[in-house]
Amino acid sequence: MELFAVRNPGPMTTVQDLGRLAFLDRGVPLSGVLDPFSGRVANLLVGNPEEAAVLEITVMGPTLEVLAPADIALTGADMDMTINREPVRGWRTARVNPGDIIRIPRAAQGCRACLAVTGGIDVPLMMGSRSTFARAKIGGVQGRGLIKGDILHRGAGGLLSRPREFPDEWIPQYPREIALRAVPGPQDDDFRKGIDAFFGASYEVTLQADRMGCRLRGPAVQRDAGSPESIVTEPTMPGNVQVPADGQPIILLVEQTSGGYAKIATVITSDLPNVAQAMPGNTVRFERVTLEDAHRLYRKQQQQMQQISEYLKK
Amino acid sequence: MTVLYEQARIRLSGDRALLVEYGDGIDLVINEKVRAMTALLKKNLPAGVEAVVPAYRSLSILYDPLATTPAGLAEILHALEADFCAAEIAEAKVVPILVCYGGEFGPDIGVVAEHTSLQENKIVAIHASVDYPIYMIGFTPGFCYLGGLDRRLQTPRRKTPRTNMPAGSVGLAESQTGMYPVDSPGGWQIIGRTPLRLFDPARENPFLYEAGDRIRFVPIAEAEFRRLYEKAWS
Repeated sequence: MELFAVRNPGPMTTVQDLGRLAFLDRGVPLSGVLDPFSGRVANLLVGNPEEAAVLEITVMGPTLEVLAPADIALTGADMDMTINREPVRGWRTARVNPGDIIRIPRAAQGCRACLAVTGGIDVPLMMGSRSTFARAKIGGVQGRGLIKGDILHRGAGGLLSRPREFPDEWIPQYPREIALRAVPGPQDDDFRKGIDAFFGASYEVTLQADRMGCRLRGPAVQRDAGSPESIVTEPTMPGNVQVPADGQPIILLVEQTSGGYAKIATVITSDLPNVAQAMPGNTVRFERVTLEDAHRLYRKQQQQMQQISEYLKK
Repeated sequence: MTVLYEQARIRLSGDRALLVEYGDGIDLVINEKVRAMTALLKKNLPAGVEAVVPAYRSLSILYDPLATTPAGLAEILHALEADFCAAEIAEAKVVPILVCYGGEFGPDIGVVAEHTSLQENKIVAIHASVDYPIYMIGFTPGFCYLGGLDRRLQTPRRKTPRTNMPAGSVGLAESQTGMYPVDSPGGWQIIGRTPLRLFDPARENPFLYEAGDRIRFVPIAEAEFRRLYEKAWS
């Protein structure tokens, strides 16, 4: 059913779900919400499966006219949302009705928000996912971000019998100094001399940050003498920290499948949402952890998702 | 001189992927091993593996840490290597790509002719005379890294890249040749175009080929191009 008429799209608002894994070997990247924690919680709040499609909103958000009743929830960056000019807090549900105007002005803290709706955003499945990959015009609303005049649909789903909220103490904070835990490698062997300095240094997030990658500026990462400037092209993963010839690291994200630069370390899955919430001017420090640490944190986060799911069912 | 490793070297690529290296450079023998291992893994996907992504001399395995471990996967990988019999692996599939060379579809064929001192029809004959192994697919959907461009055809990139090469453009630059499945900017010398939809996200199989297949360019005339284009794109 028709749900929203887009009065103002915001600079970069796209439909995303949890991404497409099935075509990584054909040059089709993962895509999906850059902050899966926020995306999943938003869906659970409104009673959707975790993988339903949401709107991913970047820095500044849309103005939407409501066309049908639904429950909505905005998670991730704090964006001063209002419904008919009344402030509505994030990380909790709100009921909207035909004629209501939702305004999502700008991020006060963090960078990206997820807006979930009853039944999920309904766009055609493209290669198994509703995620938008704009560079190849795949998925979402005709392979692009929202524009003024778009009509968005929602899937079938029951409205909640009462509003739901995510406990305050579980809501993540998005500080300006960001710690990112990372496992060394895959090419840590090329950086034996420089890797300790890398893990101690402070890097600034530049304006060149998007869904493909987050470019950092700071002390040049030292490559070992004799190690090549580029490597044989190989698959990349979200979180890989690539070091090109100028030594300025790039955290690769979800719209790349392969690359030819050495990767000194890889941000752990649990900390990728922190990269999604980084704004230009924020600083980043990489903290070395072991694979065991990373897996322990991953397990803990999955258990937390289970707990959240059960808590919200009550 | 490239080296085929006796046993694969396994590296961590974060907490959800392994990078498995079979050799140290770009080489058909190493790539054939990647192709074989990819086929074996896909035929019998180990529990917890979510994707297998082949590349020039390595493959990446995405796994769920709640369902499997790197140590467990390493055991499976080494066993596959030790036991594998080349006969089990299907022969590389040849995928014909019909190309209308020159004219409006190959605006740079004259540049290539001048640089190589070859006639246009000779360029076409050489380009279409071999099957090109697909070493890997990446960079954009369906973009192939092909091996084996004849030395005689090598031509530098365009000094000024084009802002747009239409989907289906077939070109070459230095030691590489290939096709652009989607509209792209780029610096390759465009010598022809295929009317086929190399990438169609709405098609049941969006792609016409995968890594390990071999591309065979087949010259067609303009009338045939128009007919096939109409059929594929309307």
